[in-house]
Amino acid sequence: MDIIVSALPILLKGLQVTLYIFLIAILLGFLIGLVIALLRLAPLKILNWIAKIYVDAIRGTPFIVQLFFIYFGINSLQFISLNSTTAGIITVAINAGAYFAEIIRAGIQSIDKGQTEAARSIGFTGAQTMRYIILPQAFRRMLPTITNQSIISLKDTSLLSVIGIADLTQQGQIQASATFEAFKIWLAVGVIYFIVIYLLTLLANFVERRFQLR
Amino acid sequence: MSMITVKNLRKSFGNLEVLKDINAEVKEKEVICVIGPSGSGKSTFLRCLNRLEEITGGQVVINGHDITDKKVDLNKVRQEVGMVFQQFNLFPHMTVLENITLGPVKIHSTEKTAAEKLALELLDKVGLREKANSYPGELSGGQKQRVAIARALAMNPKIMLFDEPTSALDPEMVGDVLEVMKQLAKEGMTMVVVTHEMGFAREVGDRVIFMDGGYIVEENEPNALFGNPQHERTKAFLSKVL
Repeated sequence: MDIIVSALPILLKGLQVTLYIFLIAILLGFLIGLVIALLRLAPLKILNWIAKIYVDAIRGTPFIVQLFFIYFGINSLQFISLNSTTAGIITVAINAGAYFAEIIRAGIQSIDKGQTEAARSIGFTGAQTMRYIILPQAFRRMLPTITNQSIISLKDTSLLSVIGIADLTQQGQIQASATFEAFKIWLAVGVIYFIVIYLLTLLANFVERRFQLR
Repeated sequence: MSMITVKNLRKSFGNLEVLKDINAEVKEKEVICVIGPSGSGKSTFLRCLNRLEEITGGQVVINGHDITDKKVDLNKVRQEVGMVFQQFNLFPHMTVLENITLGPVKIHSTEKTAAEKLALELLDKVGLREKANSYPGELSGGQKQRVAIARALAMNPKIMLFDEPTSALDPEMVGDVLEVMKQLAKEGMTMVVVTHEMGFAREVGDRVIFMDGGYIVEENEPNALFGNPQHERTKAFLSKVL
């Protein structure tokens, strides 16, 4: 037990890094997803194609390959120098963005077209219709899937330890090899991830209930 | 003065020609009822009047604006043309009051308090003031449709289009909605009503248009059209529905 107690402050430091990267990346990822989803549904074929290629490219390749491509690949070109944290955030954001784009697209398309017709017949522009009528309704429907993808992205951040980011997993690795208590340390790391994700789920349930008054 | 002029209107969905050669005119304060069997093109005709359907050919002029002209500001024209749908299409995430005020506030930049005052007046008119803070999901079909009428009126339109406004309602709800529409007609609103309510067409319509197969087959004053139809197809249709 004292092994875990003495390792805990360091693990929690790692958790801070994990959460910091997760929060920035998930917000960026959501924005990317929204933009890509709107491109995907735009009335211009070329925009649809750009969005589709992006989504297919991300979905069709492993996360770790994307991470190596951005951190090692892009840095090797030497026109830009990304530190590991930036590369990590970008990878998680770009990755989550592709999945969010599909979630948001499906959400938008699930709203009855009568809603668009009613809004347009009042005189709203396409953009106003999207903003005031379609997205608020679509967002409510998307919440459970958004939560799901956020949890997946949070767990994906554990892979960032391989490029040396001092996140929870990386700190666990250091502690495990320093103490030779792999069983206890990894159990503790797992429990910490579990608690964070459980809290995230509770938060999501709360938000869902808030929005489903009717 | 002519509020709506339709010349040689054609509309196709792919290879299917739904409107073949429609010519019609609606004068200010006129109430036109459009009747006909399902698939006759009457809803499509109505939806062409605010270009919810892209127009394949011909010309539609609404209150002086040629909406078939590519340069026309369609959003502007639509503000002058209210539309009421069979399925109500209220915004379920907003209260009744928000449904009605959204257009005036966001499009006309009306002050929120002024928009709410107007909305409450309109709710009075349709007999639903006490539902201002309800959500659409808490209303009956007839109540939803009356809110939808109030929402359209809030934009202060010059023309109102009704697309089978009572077809999705329980029979006992139909009367309330028709009553509101009658009142509106009495106040001098220019209206085009696609309907299966022959009683309403007869009583409120200034003219009745009978459509079949993508054409206007016959057009006349209600008493003449219902009492003495000229075409075989009109006779056949009326004998089935009257």
